Amino acid sequence: MYQISVVTKWCKGCGLCADFCPKNVYDFTMGHPPVPAREADCIGCKICELKCPDFAITVEVKK
Amino acid sequence: MKSTEFIRYNRLPHRWCAGCGYGQVMNSLTKAFEKTGITNENTVVVSGIGCWGHVDSYLTTNAFHGTHGRALAFATGIKLANPSLNVVVILGDGDGVTIGGNHFIQACRRNIDVTAILCNNYNYGMTGGQYSGTTPEHSYTTTSVYGHIEPGFDICKLAEGAGAHYVARSISENVMQTADYIAEGMQRKGFALIEVVAPCTTHYGRNNNMKRPSEFYKWIKSCAVPKAAAEKMTEEQLEGKFVIGKFVDRPGVDYGTKYLEVQKKAQAVAAAKAAE
Repeated sequence: MYQISVVTKWCKGCGLCADFCPKNVYDFTMGHPPVPAREADCIGCKICELKCPDFAITVEVKK
Repeated sequence: MKSTEFIRYNRLPHRWCAGCGYGQVMNSLTKAFEKTGITNENTVVVSGIGCWGHVDSYLTTNAFHGTHGRALAFATGIKLANPSLNVVVILGDGDGVTIGGNHFIQACRRNIDVTAILCNNYNYGMTGGQYSGTTPEHSYTTTSVYGHIEPGFDICKLAEGAGAHYVARSISENVMQTADYIAEGMQRKGFALIEVVAPCTTHYGRNNNMKRPSEFYKWIKSCAVPKAAAEKMTEEQLEGKFVIGKFVDRPGVDYGTKYLEVQKKAQAVAAAKAAE
């Protein structure tokens, strides 16, 4: 299980995380921060964390 | 030092547009710093003017923000004045090969021990999306609304021809690959050039019918051909595409080492004259 945290203050709403997520974890509207609505589906590939140009996403293993 | 220690989090959010690839390249840069084991005290980031030049504002390393196109000239001075420093030069396509084109080829030729990270976004993003020296033919920018008529520079071939000792190209979304190239380039003694193709979503993307940032990223990914695959392809198949990978990695004596030898010779002559 993974925990996704989004720093909404830094996010510019480009949607790269939502568009490249292989498991469709995020709910996203253009120009707004993404919402990790289906966090249980996350496989921890960290594509969103690496692709985020705003350093706004961190994916961690849930303890 | 850890890669996160190189980022000034209190300065975020950064000034780049939504979806701009420069944030990813900055991520690669800090990861490369961690890999090479440098500290922020013995590193200088020299930048020019342009969107990519802003990166020094978000790093904890020493920084020098120079004039447009002259970052390599300043970096040469810094490296020669204090050879113990790790000098990283931040160049954009306008900064590096259009306005500062001469500095770029001279730095390659002299083999100065600096690492240049040239981010290519195909236009002058900061000033409103005018075409630059790397804008591909037939593409649209604010100053080429009927299609661009000039072919763009192949920066890696230019550097190779000018005599650079380490040349590699990557795309911004391949964060780990870019970090590997930057780290390798920093460890080499001599001029290292790493070209990173990064999207300008606000200007180039909108002008070329890529309304969503992810569409631009997919287009870049479709144009990027790995070196091994490109060797099997014909020239016609490679048209409109670019090759990514490491092109040059050859050893050589850098300018600083040669200059120290000259200095020693001159000092010996001066000492002999004084003894007379």
